[in-house]
Amino acid sequence: MTRLFVPADSAAVAVGADKVARALGEEAVRRGLSVEIVRTGSRGLAWLEPLVEVETPGRRIGYGPVRVADVASLFDADLVRGGAHALRIGAPEAHPWLAGQTRITFARCGVVDPASLADYRAHGGFEGLARARSIGPAKTIEALTASGLRGRGGAGFPAGIKWQTVADAPGDAKYIVCNADEGDSGTFADRMILEGDPFVLVEGMAIAGLAVGACKGFVYSRSEYPHANRTFQRALDIVRADGELGDFAIELRVGAGAYVCGEETSLLESLEGKRGQVRAKPPLPAHRGLFGQPTVVNNVLTLATTPWILTHGGETYAALGTGRSRGTQPIQLAGNVKRPGLYEAPFGLTLGRIVMEIGGGTASGRPVRAVQCGGPLGAYFPPALFDTVYDYEAFAARDGLIGHGGVVVFDDTVDMAVQARFAFEFCAVESCGKCTPCRIGSVRGAETIQKVIDGVDVAANLELVEDLCHTLKFGSLCALGGFTPFPVMSAITHFPEDFQPELRPLGMSALPSVTAKV
Amino acid sequence: METFEPWALARAEEIIAPHLSREGALLPILRALQETFGCVPREAVPLVAKALNLSRAEVHGVVTFYHDFHEAPCGRRVVKLCRAESCQAMGGEAAGRFLLAALGLPHADPWGGTTPDGAVTVEAVYCLGLCAVSPAALIDGEPMGRVDGMALAEAVGA
Repeated sequence: MTRLFVPADSAAVAVGADKVARALGEEAVRRGLSVEIVRTGSRGLAWLEPLVEVETPGRRIGYGPVRVADVASLFDADLVRGGAHALRIGAPEAHPWLAGQTRITFARCGVVDPASLADYRAHGGFEGLARARSIGPAKTIEALTASGLRGRGGAGFPAGIKWQTVADAPGDAKYIVCNADEGDSGTFADRMILEGDPFVLVEGMAIAGLAVGACKGFVYSRSEYPHANRTFQRALDIVRADGELGDFAIELRVGAGAYVCGEETSLLESLEGKRGQVRAKPPLPAHRGLFGQPTVVNNVLTLATTPWILTHGGETYAALGTGRSRGTQPIQLAGNVKRPGLYEAPFGLTLGRIVMEIGGGTASGRPVRAVQCGGPLGAYFPPALFDTVYDYEAFAARDGLIGHGGVVVFDDTVDMAVQARFAFEFCAVESCGKCTPCRIGSVRGAETIQKVIDGVDVAANLELVEDLCHTLKFGSLCALGGFTPFPVMSAITHFPEDFQPELRPLGMSALPSVTAKV
Repeated sequence: METFEPWALARAEEIIAPHLSREGALLPILRALQETFGCVPREAVPLVAKALNLSRAEVHGVVTFYHDFHEAPCGRRVVKLCRAESCQAMGGEAAGRFLLAALGLPHADPWGGTTPDGAVTVEAVYCLGLCAVSPAALIDGEPMGRVDGMALAEAVGA
């Protein structure tokens, strides 16, 4: 019996992985070969998806991107023994793109069967939880604090301090809430964990529960992730039947298409069954969170990294990284880039290396013009800032953010005035409406950028946009309004020529706007 | 293609009942209703309000807050096309314009909608997490990546 591995990750499925898996099975039967097809997560080399791997003695051999039309020729080339073929990439781990990475959070993703607890345990699963149980809550939090792990959702708050706060807070019940509402364009790391290594998230939540004294956890995911939700629910059912978690229960909840619910307080409102409107802080969720109880709200990646930290020690994790950004960051390369995918590396790479060397420049072959880092609320960086070091502080120093780790590349056909208008429009569509700067400022901002595009009082209107951004930045309740100025102002600052109508190519302003839909 | 049941009060009550003991039951209930009926009809609002001891205004407020919930069912095929930055960078807007033109739907003011014969609904979404295979869409819940206008139109028979 030869084992073939085909990703069931939705990005792989989106480019035909299900059809390829079916064709491989049928072709094997036709040839009288005994194969087992294991559906894994994705290794994150998206341009090679669907990436098919075959188990040979001692190592796996990869082939990609495989189309249904390639299946017969793969078997002709002795696929089951890892034979030579134009699509053969060798052992995936030896591929430069994977060999250059430090896989901690994503160590098992794309390798294991996400529906097999036995596979999870065989790859070190539940060792972190066992360690936490043996050292107890105080030492568990100590290890997390020592690791320097910061919230991977985007805010970068030290996870150890958050856990300690919840552990110290008095409460009848405490909750662990996993923020899987991954709404930032250009990010997909949470989804890859849900689909490729769901048990690591389950384990991380159980560790958090043990550390702070919570016995109930919620995972708040998105309705835009139907595949991930099915895979993760299946994992929850498997782990419940297994009993490894003891009294700790986890429930999956699915949102209903509101970007703002990725903000932690609006997520809590939504979990309580209300409109996803932001709460004013304080009180912090750590003191009064879900149903008024002390609550840990952590991103998928934060929680999924804690088992490794418990297993290997906080200091081992902290030895990686740079400055105050310790450990690794799963960087998500997307947009117009030759090699898109997930690249986990210690903090400290330069943006230029990420885009040009790792990403290989644009997919279109045209020059890179702008790179948006940190999702729709992140700044646009021009190639002139490619020396920026990938860490929280270095990005903040250049009026940007790394956010949840998204890096979206644009070539020289991008119109930055349209991107600035889109940032306001997106904010208008997704605003929860609670605070005035975000609710009204976003609409006025889009209108004012449109005036600039149309050449109406350009200098005065640009000044107005800047003033409006100041109000949004300092007057909004949450990051949606507060960070919308990042893409807007970075576009104006780094690409001023796109905001001078006499310099704009004819016809660009005719592009439809997004607010028009609501 | 998904098929939905016609609205029926008894059926709705049956769907609501098992959720009542859950913490924060409103969203799961609304999702379950929409999965069954293809929408959250106006008649459902007082029913849900009574079951959860909420005011009708509170339930209405929640239904209208979230982009996912609608009062009338969508078309028989539903295309959720991503219009966020990563897909923009890969020509997603042009793909959308092609699809909408093929279906005779507007691409601005409003963008998308349902064809008059109820065959296809095209909705904008902001990120499907398929950014590494942009431009991307969900067609009846199935992911499609590296799409262009022609591929989208073919997928829905336009």
